Amino acid sequence: MPNIPVVETILNVNDQLAEKNRAIFDRAGLLALNVMASPGGGKTSVIARIIDTLRDEVRIGVMDGDIVALDLESFAAQGIPVSLINTGGNCHLDANMVHSALPTMNLDALDLLIIENVGNLICPAAFRLGSHLNVVIASVPEGADKPYKYPAMFRGADVLLLNKMDLAEYMDFDVDYFRHGVEVLNPGVAFFPVSCRTGEGLDAWHAWLRARLAEKIQARA
Amino acid sequence: MHELGVTQNILAIALRHAEEAGATRITRLTLVVGELSSIVDDSVQFYWDLIANGTLAEGATLEFRRVPAMLRCNDCQHEFRMDYETFLCPRCGSSRVTVAGGEEFYLESIDVDLPAPV
Repeated sequence: MPNIPVVETILNVNDQLAEKNRAIFDRAGLLALNVMASPGGGKTSVIARIIDTLRDEVRIGVMDGDIVALDLESFAAQGIPVSLINTGGNCHLDANMVHSALPTMNLDALDLLIIENVGNLICPAAFRLGSHLNVVIASVPEGADKPYKYPAMFRGADVLLLNKMDLAEYMDFDVDYFRHGVEVLNPGVAFFPVSCRTGEGLDAWHAWLRARLAEKIQARA
Repeated sequence: MHELGVTQNILAIALRHAEEAGATRITRLTLVVGELSSIVDDSVQFYWDLIANGTLAEGATLEFRRVPAMLRCNDCQHEFRMDYETFLCPRCGSSRVTVAGGEEFYLESIDVDLPAPV
């Protein structure tokens, strides 16, 4: 029986739609973030802190894959354009859900689009959304072994925050062990230990994000 | 549910290569699946049985060649299976290790029937 060599990488149809989303973001000249973490890792707090710090410098919009719009309402109350992505209780966002929600936002009026994914360290790693940066948030109470247990999520991060650093001393959190796992999976990834509660470390993270935004805005001209 | 999208792509790639070769039927597909690609064989098989029906690939066997997640030591070059716990070289103890395999996910080859020569 004839055998035909193929050797072709299998893509998810999701990846093809993610490329389309990316083209739309690029046409609008904005920077899109895909914010991923466990439930309770601090996605919403990280986003709220970005808004507090950068809202006078850049135009920010937020898309949210939550089931309820509670978090979004507080952003909307501050005049931030928001959109609730209908996930139907799904375990992750995919490119199609994001694509469907894009018409609800005026992308040309934004510099920064923050997409808050569903709280989960497994499934979101497998679905590109078309965003420019994967922002992964780990948090101290989850334990230092998370990179070892969820390698795909940490391998795909463009920037990694370790949140709730104010709890590190109470939790016996082994930062070196955590960082070693990250470094093996994703050498040189931008890493910021922060606490959204005390504000520790946020300046460095926001400075990094500001620099990425400046690159995007410069590329527009 | 994650496997539907990739199964559709597997079918599309296989059909394209079969048609280019003028095949009348696809009988077997050999897939290389890395441990870190988080693809579940049974789920791919489930969707395959649904979507291959009515195509050249109807009834074709899926063969999965699993590739383990591997790490390589940058100091002694030893390659070893990822242990999901320490990421340290078991031979020399070095912490300078990198991912060396397990992310593969590709269609390696297809077996086909060709029309009998006239």
